[in-house]
Amino acid sequence: MSSAAPARPRFRLPSGMRLVNGLCGGWTALIFVFLYVPILLLVVYSFNASDLAVVWTGFTFDWYTKLWHNGPLIDALENSLIIASITTLLSVLLGTSGAWLLHRYRFPMLKTLTTLVFVPMVIPEVIMGVSLMILFSVLENPLNNLLAHFTDSEFGPGFVTVIVAHTTFCFPFVLVAVQARLADVDPFLEEAALDLGATPSKAFLLVMVPFLLPAIVSGALLAFTLSMDEYIVTLFTTGPESQTLPLKVFGMARKGLDPSLNAISTVFILATVILVVLAEMVRKINR
Amino acid sequence: MILNETIETTPQQRRPGIFGWLLMTPMILWLVAFVVVPTAILLVYSFCQRDELGQVVYHFSWENYRRIFIDSDTGHFGTVYWTITLRSVIYAAFTTGVCLLLGYPVAWFIGRAPERRRNLLLTLVMIPFWTSFLVRTYAWITILSTDGLLNSFLQYTHLISEPFEMLYTPGAVVLGLIYNYLPFFILPVYGSIEKLDGSLIEASFDLGAGPLRTFQRVILPLTWPGIVAGILIVFIPAIGMFGITQLMGGGIKPTIGEVIQNQFLQARDWPFGAALGMTLVILFAAVYWFTARRQQTV
Repeated sequence: MSSAAPARPRFRLPSGMRLVNGLCGGWTALIFVFLYVPILLLVVYSFNASDLAVVWTGFTFDWYTKLWHNGPLIDALENSLIIASITTLLSVLLGTSGAWLLHRYRFPMLKTLTTLVFVPMVIPEVIMGVSLMILFSVLENPLNNLLAHFTDSEFGPGFVTVIVAHTTFCFPFVLVAVQARLADVDPFLEEAALDLGATPSKAFLLVMVPFLLPAIVSGALLAFTLSMDEYIVTLFTTGPESQTLPLKVFGMARKGLDPSLNAISTVFILATVILVVLAEMVRKINR
Repeated sequence: MILNETIETTPQQRRPGIFGWLLMTPMILWLVAFVVVPTAILLVYSFCQRDELGQVVYHFSWENYRRIFIDSDTGHFGTVYWTITLRSVIYAAFTTGVCLLLGYPVAWFIGRAPERRRNLLLTLVMIPFWTSFLVRTYAWITILSTDGLLNSFLQYTHLISEPFEMLYTPGAVVLGLIYNYLPFFILPVYGSIEKLDGSLIEASFDLGAGPLRTFQRVILPLTWPGIVAGILIVFIPAIGMFGITQLMGGGIKPTIGEVIQNQFLQARDWPFGAALGMTLVILFAAVYWFTARRQQTV
């Protein structure tokens, strides 16, 4: 056929297809309006002087200063930050070592283990929440009998249970991020280290970990956000002392409109934008 | 011995040594202790009973499951819990369907856009994706509530004289779910569209297929894995979700997640809650099994 001639110009999509692409562009614009208008309205009204939330009566920062002086809310934020930080640390340790071993070693039950890692990612939060709630309540008495021999502190729903629960669903995300990076690792990188006299643990810590660092950082960002944002699993595993920010905000949102919530939301959105930009920067290094 | 040496020095994928097992133990223990054991206890609890004080009695019976499916008065199939489960599934299925219709063209446009614009568009999807579900849900509460933005606007323009109830309706629940899950659907579909080889589409046109036929015979099968991933990412969590449904529905027509939460935190009938939970788990397993089979046949 004549179209096989070398002088053939670059293929152009038929006009029907170009029309489809154009329509998709218009559609995408509409969807972005749908996604962003509610969020932008939240931000705009967080600066509204009226507490009736609807009528615009003037610009104010009052709701933000009120937030700052809302003791229980700041406490909840502190709790959330503590929980998310420890969760992130544990997730990075478990996820990085896990990704490494699934990549590096072959042993019986490897497939079962690989599947098991994905379970916390796909299981609905409500199932994970209630099953951990039952586990912790079953453990409470025997563990406290045991603990009584050593210390005065008691085991019960609180920071420890929330952190354990959060780590359980966060670390697989770190693992997956690190696994993706490991897929393009040069297999001789580690071997070179071993040949040059490094022990396996040294080869891992001094050669592999720096190579995996961008993936570890993006996994850590993900774990931190997931933990900060978690509502359902926290609800089932928390105690009176470990109320987190999402629990507090949920309680406020149930009561109805409140300009303070607009202000909190704006802070959340700002934090999210910073985080996305940060993650994007890490992703660029990752390439 | 020599053979052993060669195996030892193969750089990748050998049997774990002491260091390997040391790395492995925490993760295996963690997964067993906090995933396998809790699920097993949940299963055991679902066959237990509770006494008047709310304590769990370890006495095997199918009673909890019977309560979910069989009406105790008439002895026929169908109870309030069955209705609620069905409602949750319908909400989730509707949400998934709408996300597919709304999201696919967006994923297509982003996936086929020039590299630079693609990154910007992708970031625009990422921001709502990363924003807390509480923010996204509260945004709609401020719009839909009786003294919210939409009602005030309609009253201001004299389109309505009295505010009407938009929040706390099934429509609001589904809207909340769609708004929350749409970015989650777009991302995996985008992933498969971005990987799509453009020359295959060209070939299809060269061979005389029109846009519709190309979509049906080339584009759809090749992006199917992304669509399946998107469906699973939306459908599965949407069934069990109760944060959004509680805020948008006000607990008037509860979803199965809300009922389970109630059994554990208020009614304190843990065995019955566990049976409801296990019913959900079986439902999810069926969905996964079905999609895995479907994926093999396509």
